Amino acid sequence: MKSNKKTIYLDNAATTYTDERVVNAMLPYFGTMYGNPHSLHSYGLDAQKVVDISRESVAHILSCTPQEIIFTSGGTESVNLAIKGVAFSKGSGHIITSKIEHPAVLRTCEFLEKNGFTVTYLNVDKDGIVNPQDVQKAITKNTILISIMYANNEIGTIEPIQDIGNIARKHNILFHTDACQATGSLSLDVSHLNVDLMTLNGSKVYGPKGVGILYTRNGVTLQPLIHGGGQEFTMRSGTENVPAIVGFAKAMEYAHREKKKENKRLIQLRDTFITNVIKTIPKSFLNGHPTERLPNNVNISFLDVEGESVLLYLNEKGIAVSTGSACSSKELEISHVLDAIGLKHDAAHGSIRFTIGRKTTTQDLKYVLTVLTPIIETLRRISPVKVKKSEIRK
Amino acid sequence: MTPIIHKAEVKGKQGQNWLYTKEVKEHFFHPKNTFKSVEEEEEFEKNADGIGEVGSPACGDMMRMYIKVKDGIIVACRWKTFGCASAIASTSILSEMVIGKTLDDARKIKPKDIVQKLKGLPQRKIHCSVLGDKALQKAIDNFEKKKR
Repeated sequence: MKSNKKTIYLDNAATTYTDERVVNAMLPYFGTMYGNPHSLHSYGLDAQKVVDISRESVAHILSCTPQEIIFTSGGTESVNLAIKGVAFSKGSGHIITSKIEHPAVLRTCEFLEKNGFTVTYLNVDKDGIVNPQDVQKAITKNTILISIMYANNEIGTIEPIQDIGNIARKHNILFHTDACQATGSLSLDVSHLNVDLMTLNGSKVYGPKGVGILYTRNGVTLQPLIHGGGQEFTMRSGTENVPAIVGFAKAMEYAHREKKKENKRLIQLRDTFITNVIKTIPKSFLNGHPTERLPNNVNISFLDVEGESVLLYLNEKGIAVSTGSACSSKELEISHVLDAIGLKHDAAHGSIRFTIGRKTTTQDLKYVLTVLTPIIETLRRISPVKVKKSEIRK
Repeated sequence: MTPIIHKAEVKGKQGQNWLYTKEVKEHFFHPKNTFKSVEEEEEFEKNADGIGEVGSPACGDMMRMYIKVKDGIIVACRWKTFGCASAIASTSILSEMVIGKTLDDARKIKPKDIVQKLKGLPQRKIHCSVLGDKALQKAIDNFEKKKR
């Protein structure tokens, strides 16, 4: 990052900065209170105490008991523990998920397929919504787990997980939701969400990286993935990452306390920005659901230009975004999410995700638009492609 | 086969680390031999001696090259590219490489020559984004067909 020029970070869905209050809460657990919670002396007891307090604080936000909170190393581990944990404890069976899940879910399911399990990957509609009726229809007598994300990381669409959870309950099937993107802005009250397992992540809520949670409802049996000293109720061995756990709990407290006000602010910024971009830049359109959408997510396709070029031109102006273009992915394939919502490759290549955050202001977004407009014009001028707006869907 | 230089590599999925070479950066942000105006573009569409196009937007990369030829030598070149930084920079530098070359010499330009001129490209980008030489060959074919 160059210090001598204005920078605007609009990639908060990738990760957020760590809140200064969170950093300050963490610091003592590096330098002075560095004990291992397993130890019986005062150092250990102090560490154990703060882990307990953090666990209780998170449990309070989720309306669950502290014993139902398992701290992990992050969202990916939580997802792996939920899905493989259920699968390995059952031994065999069928899993239902969607085509737009995070790679943590998709790759885990593919791994299980290679190991004898069967998996149904549900389609979504043009806004990225999973139809609960499709979940219902996919259930077989062998179904052991349903895993549907709470909100999509690329297009921000919020899934009807309460309804899906209801269906799962009725059929006595375990339901896991990947709530990594929802952790900071949506309700995490498990008493209403009908979930048995829920993955949360610290680094998207102004907490530290390298820490996650798997909420595991009492009575759900998981096969642990990491064996050892028996920490986290034997579900996740390894010495607790005390500073990160403290930081995550603090970050969740702040996010929870400030959620209502912050969501209102973000939604206003989001909707104004969407309207202005689409009004100002021709041949641009929103991806994802217009209202059932994360407060911080804007995903727009610009026809006839390629996303990585737009990203790099914006980066040159100090603006950080991400893209669903193939060129930016290691596999050189377009985003599986944009593919699943039915965008033709031509249209998916020009998608840009702007995810706003706590520090984003109206002025920032005005500036982004003034920079973005000529960038799209410049790239269109040198582009031989002319996609018709009526031909963006498969 | 000559190994392709690949000292530059884009790290991370989001590509925030600018690790392309100085040459790529220059040609990406300041592309050369592009159309200066709509009028100029119309003029080339009508009067170019050869036009060649490769790729498709569905694949993520598409290039079109326009050449003007005088006495067997390429005297002017314009281009249009849809694609990432590698695609834009490689077409831009190619347009500089061909001006003043005989058609025979222009035909001999290979992707590795373009990559070398750019002082390297991310390995995984070379296959898909360096297509300018093929567009150029098509433009030359187009010129020769018209001449016949």
